[in-house]
Amino acid sequence: MIHPEIIVRVTDIAVVAESIKQFTFERVDGGSMPVFAPGAHIVVSMDDQGKLRRNPYSLMSSPSDSTSYQISVLRVVESRGGSAFMHEHVDVGDTMTISHPIDLFPLHATAKRHVLIAGGIGITPFLPMMEVLNESGQVFELHYSMRSRRRGAFLSELERRYGSRVSAEVDDEGGRLDTRKLLIDQPLGTHIYVCAPLPMIDLVFGVARELGWAEENLHREVFLAPPAGTPFYTNLAKSGTTVYVAEHQSLLESIEAAGIDVPYLCRGGACGQCETTVIDFDGQLMHHDIFLTDDENVSGTKIMPCVSRFVGASLTVEL
Amino acid sequence: MAMIFHDETYRDDFSFHNSPESIRRYPFPFHEDSYMYAINMENHLPGKPGSSYEHPIDVDEHYVSEMRDRAIVLNEDPKRCQALPHMMAAQWDTLELLMTNKARSYPDLFTLERNGDLWHWINQPLGIDDTFVFGDQSTLPYEPMEYITRQAQGDFCIVDQRNDTLWMDAGMVTCQADWSLDFDIGMNFMEWHAPVPMAHELGIFDRALKFLMNVQQGRPVRRLNWTMTVNPRLDTSPENYHKWGPDKTTVTAQNIGSKLHLRCELQSFWRLPRSNALLFPIRQYLISLNDIATIPKWACRMHRVLTTIPDSIAEYKGFSRNRQLALDFLAPFDDGRELTLGGEPE
Repeated sequence: MIHPEIIVRVTDIAVVAESIKQFTFERVDGGSMPVFAPGAHIVVSMDDQGKLRRNPYSLMSSPSDSTSYQISVLRVVESRGGSAFMHEHVDVGDTMTISHPIDLFPLHATAKRHVLIAGGIGITPFLPMMEVLNESGQVFELHYSMRSRRRGAFLSELERRYGSRVSAEVDDEGGRLDTRKLLIDQPLGTHIYVCAPLPMIDLVFGVARELGWAEENLHREVFLAPPAGTPFYTNLAKSGTTVYVAEHQSLLESIEAAGIDVPYLCRGGACGQCETTVIDFDGQLMHHDIFLTDDENVSGTKIMPCVSRFVGASLTVEL
Repeated sequence: MAMIFHDETYRDDFSFHNSPESIRRYPFPFHEDSYMYAINMENHLPGKPGSSYEHPIDVDEHYVSEMRDRAIVLNEDPKRCQALPHMMAAQWDTLELLMTNKARSYPDLFTLERNGDLWHWINQPLGIDDTFVFGDQSTLPYEPMEYITRQAQGDFCIVDQRNDTLWMDAGMVTCQADWSLDFDIGMNFMEWHAPVPMAHELGIFDRALKFLMNVQQGRPVRRLNWTMTVNPRLDTSPENYHKWGPDKTTVTAQNIGSKLHLRCELQSFWRLPRSNALLFPIRQYLISLNDIATIPKWACRMHRVLTTIPDSIAEYKGFSRNRQLALDFLAPFDDGRELTLGGEPE
């Protein structure tokens, strides 16, 4: 089996901000949770009336607490079903399966200074990061952008714990992160970490590149939701079968539903793990990932089945 | 069955030897009749009982003597064990991984009791009984990686993952096949692999790097590597080349069976939980040609592999000088029959 999983029980659900619920998981077998590095996420599997959904969520609990894991889930208005399922159908006492921790957003071990930039629910991976940075005496600051204080989960707790190292930019109070001002005076050896919606990441990275920052000093975490689209068929050459991808299903999900294991890590178009070779197609590949380069997209030889789709007569991939 | 540890040496009189059981459990690296560089990674899952793969961290009859040899090397050259300052979390990860695996696999030999951060470790074969505070290095006689790898067979590298590559930032390396931690420390994956012939052109390292960077917690992987060593010497380091290099000239048709050893490395790769670094144990197993000759399939296969191996690989692995002598020794075992795939002795 490619992805060993952990069976957990939901032991607590709390509303921590408007449209944001926090879930606590403990192992059903009573054992310890694996230790994790700050920035790690887990993939939560959901049995939604027989339909398997798998969504990645950053771990936000203390890395030193091995009794439980916590995640927070924002109820997305145009949810494909994952966040709606977590908000409306998961109760305390339910059993769920989660993956081992996967860290695609690690702290940079040799950084001299860490600047953390959160947008909305993107605050979650920074909770364990700040705990570890604080305990090891490293220099950091958090810039937390939110629409309103009602949606700013954990803000007051973080301000209490970390004082002036936390600053909040609140949209409906006219606050706005001045990225240029923030980045222009940072000393050499500073690394920035952004966990936010894609436009905010693009904005921060754009300013950093303009100011001459090295790519190695820029880190981002983003989980793109697979977009809905016109249903399509895909031929799997090695497996000798054809799958149907429904409007609100991803290609990866439809392949998994056919019982075929595909390696994945982020399920959000960022990590590259599920990269699949396109053998032949007649139509248009709809690339939605941020992993493949523009050249690769134009070449039409690769697709990321976690988020990308297809429109046209036929598509054959090497799976 | 209780394990009986040999009292043997890896230098001077070279009294190292394998028992018949130890020969049969040898991780023979040649799965087919020819050899070429490959990524040859597989999941590090438990293997057959009695095999070198039965437990994730293998302990065998050479344990006590190997640890004694390591202490000698460290005493002469402390730079065989180094860790850059940002690797402290990875050092603790390593200590935890080795202690928990050993205690789970060999409860008669190793015991770990954890009471919060207060840990009690008993290593019965080495006569160690220590209580310490996990995370507080002042409560151990050495830094955590050195402490635990003085009690674990094989070399250990801890590589940090950043800037889309891997960095050789810590290690305990006393039984290596002619490479130097002191030279490689702080280098990245492509830098420390630069001397390997052919594999770069084959694209091996690009793919291997990509693969290793995606190794996940709870899913270790392994591969085998190999070379040849004259005399059962663990410390074949560049630093001590003057001691072992001349040994290559002492091999004759009469003594090759006991002098020339196949040296197989069981390399495993583990994602460490706190640091997100990778632990890379390189566990070496020595076996003489005489011992290989007790397993007809192995002697036959090794003859075919050494016949067809490219010169540049023989040169890199350091046995081109004695290749013909080895072929002459092994030739009588190769009667042209078909061999089954895989490294099992049959």
